[in-house]
Amino acid sequence: MGSDCGNSKECPLKTNTPTIKFTKLFINGEFVDSVSGRTFETKDPRNGEVIAKVAEGNREDVDLAVKAARAAFDHGPWPRLSGFERAKIMLKFADLIDQNIEELATLETLDAGKLFSWNKNADIPGGANTLRYYAGAADKIHGDVLKMSRELQAYTLLEPIGVVGHIIPWNFPCTMFFMKTSPALAAGCTMIVKPAEQTPLTALYFAHLAKLAGIPEGVLNVVTGFGRTAGAAISSHMDIDMVSFTGSTDVGREIMKASAASNLKTVSLELGGKSPLVIFDDADIDMASSLALQGILFNKGEICVAGSRVYVQEGIYDEFVKKLVKKAKDWVVGDPFDPQVRQGPQVDKAQFDKILSYIEHGKREGATLLTGGKAIGNRGYYIEPTIFTDVKEDMLIVKDEIFGPVMALMKFKTIEEAITRANDTKYGLAAGIVTKDLNVANTVSRSIRAGIIWINCYFAFDRDCPYGGYKMSGFGRDFGLDALHKYLQVKSVVTPIYNSPWL
Amino acid sequence: MPTIKFTKLFINGEFVDSVSGKTIETTDPRNGEVIAKVAEGGKEDVDLAVKAARAAFDHGPWPRMSGFERARIMMKFADLIEENLEELATLDSLDAGKLFSLGKAIDIPGVISCLRYYAGAADKIHGRTLKMSREFQAYTLLEPIGVVGSIIPWNFPSTMFFIKASPALAAGCTVVMKPAEQTPLSALYYAHLAKMAGVPDGVLNVITGFGPTAGAAISSHMDIDMVSFTGSTEVGREIMKAAATSNLKPVALELGGKSPLLIFDDADIDMASDLALLGVLYNKGEICVAGSRVFVQEGIYDEFVKKLVEKAKAWPIGDPFDPQVRQGPQIDKAQFDKILRYIEHGMREGATLLTGGKPAERQGYYIEPTIFTDVKEDMLIVKDEIFGPVMALMKFKTIEEAIKSANNTRYGLAAGIVTKSLDVANTVSRSIRAGTIWINCYFAFGDDCPFGGCKMSGFGKDHGSEGLHKYLHTKSVVTPIYNSPWL
Repeated sequence: MGSDCGNSKECPLKTNTPTIKFTKLFINGEFVDSVSGRTFETKDPRNGEVIAKVAEGNREDVDLAVKAARAAFDHGPWPRLSGFERAKIMLKFADLIDQNIEELATLETLDAGKLFSWNKNADIPGGANTLRYYAGAADKIHGDVLKMSRELQAYTLLEPIGVVGHIIPWNFPCTMFFMKTSPALAAGCTMIVKPAEQTPLTALYFAHLAKLAGIPEGVLNVVTGFGRTAGAAISSHMDIDMVSFTGSTDVGREIMKASAASNLKTVSLELGGKSPLVIFDDADIDMASSLALQGILFNKGEICVAGSRVYVQEGIYDEFVKKLVKKAKDWVVGDPFDPQVRQGPQVDKAQFDKILSYIEHGKREGATLLTGGKAIGNRGYYIEPTIFTDVKEDMLIVKDEIFGPVMALMKFKTIEEAITRANDTKYGLAAGIVTKDLNVANTVSRSIRAGIIWINCYFAFDRDCPYGGYKMSGFGRDFGLDALHKYLQVKSVVTPIYNSPWL
Repeated sequence: MPTIKFTKLFINGEFVDSVSGKTIETTDPRNGEVIAKVAEGGKEDVDLAVKAARAAFDHGPWPRMSGFERARIMMKFADLIEENLEELATLDSLDAGKLFSLGKAIDIPGVISCLRYYAGAADKIHGRTLKMSREFQAYTLLEPIGVVGSIIPWNFPSTMFFIKASPALAAGCTVVMKPAEQTPLSALYYAHLAKMAGVPDGVLNVITGFGPTAGAAISSHMDIDMVSFTGSTEVGREIMKAAATSNLKPVALELGGKSPLLIFDDADIDMASDLALLGVLYNKGEICVAGSRVFVQEGIYDEFVKKLVEKAKAWPIGDPFDPQVRQGPQIDKAQFDKILRYIEHGMREGATLLTGGKPAERQGYYIEPTIFTDVKEDMLIVKDEIFGPVMALMKFKTIEEAIKSANNTRYGLAAGIVTKSLDVANTVSRSIRAGTIWINCYFAFGDDCPFGGCKMSGFGKDHGSEGLHKYLHTKSVVTPIYNSPWL
């Protein structure tokens, strides 16, 4: 098992690192160095090597970006364009993304270790399509005329909330960029995006394409940098109206606290998860085992909705385990540019170390290791698909979000037990149910406290389908029209009326 | 003075003493005398209430009843309030110095209509089926969010109780309510009526007590799913921080305001001066949406001021039980002192006092209607929320200037516009950054009309379907479909 080759039969494509064209902050329509002149390195997780040096934005840079965004909102054309005109620009932006797919997919693979084929066929086009979805909604934002109980005319206006801060994670840089910016743009807001420090490259490229598409200066600003400096500057800024965050629960806390301590800006938080996948006796074992493996290994486990706790009903347990372990052992881990590979390296050393320490914990806590359990090779951050069983609900590997290719597998008897155990977590992001039975599907989907329930599928996201957490997985929704609502302020306007023929 | 029937905490369907046995005195602002001693709830009592609310939500009948059945009970609750209207209005007048006549005519009937409004919505809570781009069936379920903590202020004790409780109950949530320590009496009476109406044990709990103890216990509780708060911006901050530090519960905050009333040259001066006065004197200025900054266009300014001052000097202050009176005492000594300090500040900052500016000559926390003019926008009396009968009056020339001045505040709760011009009304209503705009009226609330602020007036709405949405979680359910004849 090598580092570049993984366990794929042929040596991977030797992709020459492309020229990294955009490495500066994007503020008010221009690429600029940070005020401090500092830069930071972004690395390739296949080998730990530096891909590029990128400008390191700090508080002063965030201030400049907010100044630009505020001017663009209060006085600029963007909120004053019709929804339809904003949509035209957003559609042009989407087209430009399509025209640069290969380069964008390459950057994403280099930066995050994500599969090139997936980036090219799903993530990057998905970003463009998210833009298109919200472009289509931009001229259909409706308030309500209200039913007053006295002679008053009243209606609500849904106004753009203002200057928005988006703080996004490193696991789906492109998806996250557009999940956040698209509805905000459609609503007529202006914004500052702070991409994760691990994955700044595609965000800066998107800034360039935004400008080409005709997005006016100051509307979309990108400040690359670190969470505790640039991110904190955003969440505590007195002139940002709203902050939208996806990331860890711990950082989500800091953001909400900073918002409270500063100007009480609205926040929406999409945080961690420890999502259960519940597989009933009537499930097709082949399909269920593939789903379970995909649930934990997709994007190398670096996904908030990972099905990291798998509950299998006792009737099919033994056969299920056999199939699962075989598939796990066959799972191809290696260079993400290699089309045969299904799992690339973890995003960086910190994550790599963290996952391995959880695996050690699992072993020490007395869980049974069915497969995997160690790193692959000595270059880059590759980890074997790892399955633990004979676990107890109070073990750390069952309670904590690991964010890696590590599954906790458990057996259950009854539907009530499955529901109780599925809900026995501080998180509530997603859940999966595998069954053919209509009643099981309906009862269990209503009983699990999570924001998205997948029945006989997993990761079935879509642009019109709201997505977000319950409990400590956060609040607020992304995707769907619900997400648009986050970037709108509801204003009620009331006037007396006289001699109305009806009330 | 009626007998005060309910003075204990209401937890899990029973009136109980606080765990500590401590009590608080609630006083009458007409004379500072003690009306009653009420149980003082602390952290342990909140824990018991949450335990009851959690059991009622996770296992009890309330969320498992249909919306229609919840509505029947809420309607019965409303009927019982109607039957006890006088006594409830009396309690609020005693506790908060609010006008008895308005309590009977507006506040308590408003509570009844709010309960009935949300009862009517309870069986009409709709999720949506979604438009997937692949072969999937998907829909959203709007589920009750769970155990809700409500922390309410003293200025509208009854209104606030039901603005928060009604939608939460309709949604199928269970509630732990903490009334303000200044005004516990009507809340405990409502708890009794809730039980009589058939609201099951644990669904609606009332913990009387102080903010830093009982309120903080709620905002930092690990087993409360959501907190809804109305009160000051400073306390709103603490609540949001505590929510973040504990279990990241979502919060809704309705905070302070320094709302502008803009009066244009074409306004009817009589009507406008009445409106302006009411805007800052209603409920003795103890209302978050008070029109405390009044901007009058120069064309009518002088005549307006004459009428305004005349009416202010004639404004009857006195015992809130007297039907002739239009302004009762401020709620307590702390507020009384604070308002007088701001008045002193205004005088020191160099504003011109047109009328008022001192306590009224009677026992109790009464303050004369006070109007300052020749003020600058950076003066404290123009920037800070005073929460008393104090107006800052200013002149403006152009519509652009009016809009700019109106928006020159960290708050964004409400605004009023007085004009006959359609275009002025439309432009200005869109340009002022506030959650509610009243055109040719003020305080025109409605059960169906969402109410809440932007900027540092908070976020989240009360009233209307927006008010209900706070207490609901959106859950998406997705299943693959096969051979569907359409997508």
